[in-house]
Amino acid sequence: MSDSSIYIARSSAIAARALAGEMMVMNSANATFFTLNEVATAIFQAADGRTPLQEIVRSTICEQFDVNPEQAQTDAEQFVAELSSHGILLVSDQPLSSEATR
Amino acid sequence: MAASRQVACVEIGKLPIALSTSDENFLSLLRQRYAGFLSAASPEFELEFDLSATQIVSDDDVHVRCQDGIWLMDRGDFQARWDPCTGRGTVRQNANPYSLDSVLRILHSLILAERGGFLLHSASAICEGSAVLFSGVSGAGKTTMSRLAPPGVTLLTDEISYLQPSDGSYAAFGTPFAGELARSGENCSAPAAALFFLEQGPENRLDEIAPAEAVRRLMRNILFFAEDPLLVEKLLVTACDFVAKVPVRRLTFYPDSRVWDEVRDSIRNFDHKFDHNSARNFPGVPANV
Repeated sequence: MSDSSIYIARSSAIAARALAGEMMVMNSANATFFTLNEVATAIFQAADGRTPLQEIVRSTICEQFDVNPEQAQTDAEQFVAELSSHGILLVSDQPLSSEATR
Repeated sequence: MAASRQVACVEIGKLPIALSTSDENFLSLLRQRYAGFLSAASPEFELEFDLSATQIVSDDDVHVRCQDGIWLMDRGDFQARWDPCTGRGTVRQNANPYSLDSVLRILHSLILAERGGFLLHSASAICEGSAVLFSGVSGAGKTTMSRLAPPGVTLLTDEISYLQPSDGSYAAFGTPFAGELARSGENCSAPAAALFFLEQGPENRLDEIAPAEAVRRLMRNILFFAEDPLLVEKLLVTACDFVAKVPVRRLTFYPDSRVWDEVRDSIRNFDHKFDHNSARNFPGVPANV
C-alpha cells in the first residue's frame, strides 16, 4: 500500500450535482464533465481536505461497500489521481486549507 | 462634431437589447440581419458599437471573464465590455456580422445563465403548438431535420436554440442565429415538449437516455463561454432541472420526411404521459455539493 498521508479536497473551480443516484462533476475552467459511480461519489463527498485518503477508504468506503480494503485503497488512489489530473480534486501530503475547499 | 448615434432594438427571447451606432451602413446591416427581431419595446440592455479596425475574422478562442463586476469579452475580431448592473456595454469590432452575432450570443448566454435559461447548439421548431429540439454534433442532422420539416411546422432556428424557464417548465424561442440553412428562425415561442439527440441510422427509432447521460449531453451542447465557476454551477443546476422536466431522447433517424411522423407521435405520447414525466422530478436534484 502506498503513502497513507494523502489529503484530498474538491477544487473551488468545479460544479457538482447529484441526480438519480449519480454525481455529475464539471470543471468550469475547461468544461470537462464526469459522472461518478457510488463509490467515487462517496470519496468525492468525503474530500474535505482534512481527512486522509486512507481514513476515507477505511471508514467510508469499506463501511458502506463490500470491498477488499487493499483493493479499495488502490482503486481510490487511481480515482484520485485521475480527478486530480483534470483539476477536480486537489491532492496534498498535508491537510489542505479551507480556501481550497468549498 | 461627433456623429449622432442611432439605435436598433433587437428582441430575442423577449429580451430587448438596444444596439447603437453612428455608422449608417452598420445600422442598415443590423436592421437587415435581425429584421424579424426588431422591436419597439423599451430596451432592458444597451450595447454601443465602435467600429474601430480590428481583425476582420478570427479563429482565436473567445475569452469571457468578470473583472470588478464588469464582463469582458474578447476574441481577435472584437473586444466588448458589459456592466450587468447598469445593463450597458460597449463593443469594438469591425462591421462584420459574424462578430456581431458572437457578441450577442455571449451577452444572451450570460443573461440567460443568471435567469435559469440557456442557449443550446440545436435546431428547434414548433410542431402542433409544442417546441421540439434537435441537438447533436456537427453533421448529426440538425439542418437535415430543419429541411425535412413538413408544412405547418414553424422553424425557430436550425443552429442555436433559446430556452428560458416558463410556467414551471421551459419555453423555446426563435433566434436569428442561422446555421447551414442560412435562414433566420421565426420570432415566436412555445413550451418545450422534447429534446432529441440526433444520430443518423437505417431506420427511425427513439431510445430513452439515462438522466445523468442526458445532463452530460445537454451540458456538452450548451453555449457558454464564461470562465466563471458560480455561473457554471448555476448552469449545471439548470441542466438538471431541464432534464427533470422535459423529455430527452435519442432519435436515430433515416433522413426522409417520415421522421417527422415519429416526432409528432412522440410529442402526443409525452403529452399523454404527463404524470409520468412529472414524476421524473428527481428527489436527488437539490442535493448540491
